[in-house]
Amino acid sequence: MTELWDGFVKALQLIASFDPEVMEIAGRSLAISATSCTIATLLCVPLGALIHFNTFRGKRLLISAVQTLFSLPTVAVGLIVFVLFSRAGPLGGLGLLFTPSVMVIGQVMLISPIMLGLIISALSGVDRAVTETATALGASSLQSSLLTIREARYAMVTAVIMGFGRAISEVGLSLMVGGNIRGFTRTITTAISLETSKGDVELAMALGIILILIALVINIALNRLQQR
Amino acid sequence: MALIEVADLGKQYEGRRVLGGVDLAIERGEVFAVIGPTGSGKTTLLRLLDLLEAPTSGRICFDGTDVTHSQRHRLEARRRMAYVQQRPIAFAMSVFDNVACGLKWRRAEKEAVREKVERALELVGLAGKRGQAARTLSGGEMQRVAIARALVTDPEVLLLDEPTANLDPSSIAKVEEVLAHIIGEQRTTVLMATHDMPQGQRLAGRIGVLIEGELLQVGTPSEVFCSPQSTEVAQFVGVENILAGVITRREDDLVAIDVAGRELQAISGHAVGDRVYALIRPEDITFTLAREASSARNTFEGQIRRMTPLGPLVRLEVDCGLPLLGALTSRSAQEMGLAVGTQVFASFKATAVHVIG
Repeated sequence: MTELWDGFVKALQLIASFDPEVMEIAGRSLAISATSCTIATLLCVPLGALIHFNTFRGKRLLISAVQTLFSLPTVAVGLIVFVLFSRAGPLGGLGLLFTPSVMVIGQVMLISPIMLGLIISALSGVDRAVTETATALGASSLQSSLLTIREARYAMVTAVIMGFGRAISEVGLSLMVGGNIRGFTRTITTAISLETSKGDVELAMALGIILILIALVINIALNRLQQR
Repeated sequence: MALIEVADLGKQYEGRRVLGGVDLAIERGEVFAVIGPTGSGKTTLLRLLDLLEAPTSGRICFDGTDVTHSQRHRLEARRRMAYVQQRPIAFAMSVFDNVACGLKWRRAEKEAVREKVERALELVGLAGKRGQAARTLSGGEMQRVAIARALVTDPEVLLLDEPTANLDPSSIAKVEEVLAHIIGEQRTTVLMATHDMPQGQRLAGRIGVLIEGELLQVGTPSEVFCSPQSTEVAQFVGVENILAGVITRREDDLVAIDVAGRELQAISGHAVGDRVYALIRPEDITFTLAREASSARNTFEGQIRRMTPLGPLVRLEVDCGLPLLGALTSRSAQEMGLAVGTQVFASFKATAVHVIG
């Protein structure tokens, strides 16, 4: 119990003193996850709209498949990305394995299903009468679709929160394709995992607290946006 | 050439017929009301006319162009019309932006948008709420926003679906005032659906009666209300006495109709032996306690079976050998001392009887 308390005190000291290593790791985590989340949002909003506004055969099946991928294990994505980008793999020539870039690619793959699924359900949540009213007021089908997306914007924030949360908290993928290289691909979660196994519980705890603080700040900000 | 022409228009939902065989021509500048009970297909008709849905059968011509199927023609035609739904939906934005939508979609200049929106908000009396979130408005205010949103695009045709249903009386008065203003000031063609007959009568130049998906009668308000062409229309427009009988004699225009052994006199072109319905509006029947000399050709003695208060009026059911429904003011009923069981004389003129085949 004292070990836990000591760890907690030390963690607060590390944070309060803006320990360079802690700040560097936290900054990298934030940058990688924010990048993946932004890319995934830019991909999933149009894709979700495309799926939502069109009727085609197998639409329900497609949505079910997307929902199934919500529980995609991070290590499974890690494995796929690893195989794709390893030297012998089809994308091995790019030399991206064990770089932040490949971590972003992996995270985009990991969080896209959940963001896509939530965006589609946000769009379905908009009253059909909204689209219809827009049509009646002279909107073309593109214009009424854009209005529907606009109407769903606050519900879509949930998709972004979920996606970001999954990206910043995953460890398996970052470890497998990032390699936990100090000063290059080490993120909060991979560092926690490493420091804990090394026995440096204080640093691990400090990073854990920072992770939760980041999540807290982002959630407060996005919730503010949602309530507006 | 009429602005909107509809031929043999029909709509089915999952095999269920909602509208069938509708023929209609709406002239430019006309105010036309579609009246009918709830579920008679009024909304479907408006939705088809606004080209929100494609009909199952028939065709729609707008300003001389067949717009039944072409997507491009449909958007073009739709942009010359505006449709106000029964339950208007507010977009999650300010009142001003809600009203500005239609203009933005038509790529209007920013300055023109501001000016027109302000004018429309002024017209519906909501200029003070331009910055408020539209979702926070009351039902009556939202209805007025919906009307402003429709008017701001200067539509050639304004389609209104039950513009005052679900509103309280003071909101109804405000909305009707705005509508009367539009009808009076602008040369907009207005098509409105309503189940409120007096409203149709107040605002429209022509009325169409839609019952169970069929347009049964089209005419001026007085034609529809005083000379319904079928028992269904008669029932809907409040002709409560619908008596089946046979013409027994005729003398010039005056005919005698045998109804359940009683003889009614009426003006009609029907021949002796024709099976007909005699239609009499309750308010055309007068009640007296003694037989009085009057110009009314029909007088029957009977007993009051039931009295139902209806606001300032009392509805009487009198059994004269044939059942008659009438109405008189509560005050006169009281003065005459009427009660269930009282013997009264019911009289009405031959011209008050409308005879249909």
